[in-house]
Amino acid sequence: MKRVIVIAGHYGSGKTELAVSLAMQWAGEESRPYEKLALVDLDVANPYFRSREKREMLEKSGVEVHADTFGGMQAAELPALTATLRAPLENPNCQTIIDLGGNDAGARVLRQFAKYFQGDEHELWAVVNFRRYETRDVQSAIEHVAAIEKELSMQVTGIVNNTHLLRETVPEIIMEGHAKAQELSHAMKNPLLFTCYPAGIVREESLEGISPLMPLGLFMRPAYLDK
Amino acid sequence: MITDKVLMKGNEAFAEAAIRGGARLYFGYPITPQSEVPEYMSRELPKVGGAFVQAESELGAINMAYGAGAAGGTVFISSSSPGIALMQEGMSFLCSAEVPLLALNVSRGGPGIGGIQPGQADYFQVTRGGGNGDYRIPVFAPSNIQEAVDLLYEGTELAQKWQNPIMILADGMIAQMMEPVRLPEYKPVLTPDQIAKHRDWACTGYNDRGGVENRRVVKSLRMQPEKLEEHVEYLFEKYARAEKELCRYETENLEGAEVVFVAFGTTARITREAIEILAEQGIKAGLIRPISLWPFPNKAFDEIDYTTTKAVISAELSMGQMISDVQIALNGRLPAFLAHRTGGMVPTSPEVAARAKAVLEGLK
Repeated sequence: MKRVIVIAGHYGSGKTELAVSLAMQWAGEESRPYEKLALVDLDVANPYFRSREKREMLEKSGVEVHADTFGGMQAAELPALTATLRAPLENPNCQTIIDLGGNDAGARVLRQFAKYFQGDEHELWAVVNFRRYETRDVQSAIEHVAAIEKELSMQVTGIVNNTHLLRETVPEIIMEGHAKAQELSHAMKNPLLFTCYPAGIVREESLEGISPLMPLGLFMRPAYLDK
Repeated sequence: MITDKVLMKGNEAFAEAAIRGGARLYFGYPITPQSEVPEYMSRELPKVGGAFVQAESELGAINMAYGAGAAGGTVFISSSSPGIALMQEGMSFLCSAEVPLLALNVSRGGPGIGGIQPGQADYFQVTRGGGNGDYRIPVFAPSNIQEAVDLLYEGTELAQKWQNPIMILADGMIAQMMEPVRLPEYKPVLTPDQIAKHRDWACTGYNDRGGVENRRVVKSLRMQPEKLEEHVEYLFEKYARAEKELCRYETENLEGAEVVFVAFGTTARITREAIEILAEQGIKAGLIRPISLWPFPNKAFDEIDYTTTKAVISAELSMGQMISDVQIALNGRLPAFLAHRTGGMVPTSPEVAARAKAVLEGLK
């Protein structure tokens, strides 16, 4: 795994849930390849459900959070970013997860940091949920991923299958997504890195034959939304 | 069989439901938390032969909707609280001129420009009307994305049937969250000839319909007071029928309840969780969930078990607006209390449950 992981994808593909779950998982590991761990929230497209809302939980677990310039003002809709987010990008001892905004338009904000992505220190992941209406088949997913690559002038280095229907997710939905993700991976000549599943809703054992697997916690979703 | 549901963000699903419901004309101006609606419309409407216009302001948008609706178009508009406020003059004109319109308000915290987090303090604005004169607008408040999709899909027809704006009030949370939804089939779209024939009041261009007497006129100006009074009385006969036909609500656990919540939209979902918390503490609580806010479901309050219920709590994301309608519906049968947050703050379910407990304690 490279030092900087950039997570891109369609709006609602689950980038933020993946970024937060990944940060929490790595924060809990006993030995880590890098001294520090940071999450950079570059989502300036979405007004709600951004990883910075989990700042307190993340910081308690030892994850630095870099987002807007307003600190606690999570409700601001200004596309203003904090200058401190360059720190983890420049620090060779900091494992960094970058959570981009949705679609090619949401990804655009990364362009201003292009100089940090010239070398060989980063990976660009494309998260795909084949149950999202606009990426419901392989062709539309290819177009979405290609649009993000074009916008960033960067090559995607791996695909993440995050096909789910929130609390209505059943193993068949994940497997159906996995088959499409394999097709996408083949068509785009990019490896399928792993498949996510919502822990607490789907059991790991029910996904036999799919590996590697990554459990996601539903950190971003308040429980009352499922009442 | 695996479900055919797809995962959609509220705003995307609202826009797609309007298109599938037959809306082919959209006029709007971006405002958070509903900007994904115009974004979606600008991208998708041209693909189905529709037209998207980004207006210079919400005033422009509502008046474009007035014109396009008067010409027989199937029009959809959306905005958020302060933007809907700017459209109020137009709403009054559309009601008087009997022009159909499907409108969506994704409400946020106010007053003024307020903030961008979810709110329900537009209750008075949408149920009482911010425009001038005697008029009514049927308002429906979905509490999940599927319900919003179904209401918007039906809304295009309701607007034509009642020849009036129909408002869907969805708070910012329902617009920004994601949920699995089943999308309905595309409704057939009328050709211009069919519009001229079936929408027999619409101004569809010159046609000799038998002289000046039979020409089609869409207007809200009536200078003679006798004529204006007659027109308003005619509108109110229509609204009286709408009050009967459009009243919608759900009730849960009313039998034997000690306390009954009244809540719509996102708040209804929080209240459901509060009811579970209260049940764990041995307190039986029920819920009246208005789906139509106008007409307000007064008759739901006849289903309350008056032998066991001691208090009714209006749960709102406002300083207490719906509670006025709750008091009218209760008609003195029980005291009404408020459980609320405002300004974009959303109460937690333990907060709502604690409020109910405190109300019951206070009544002892």
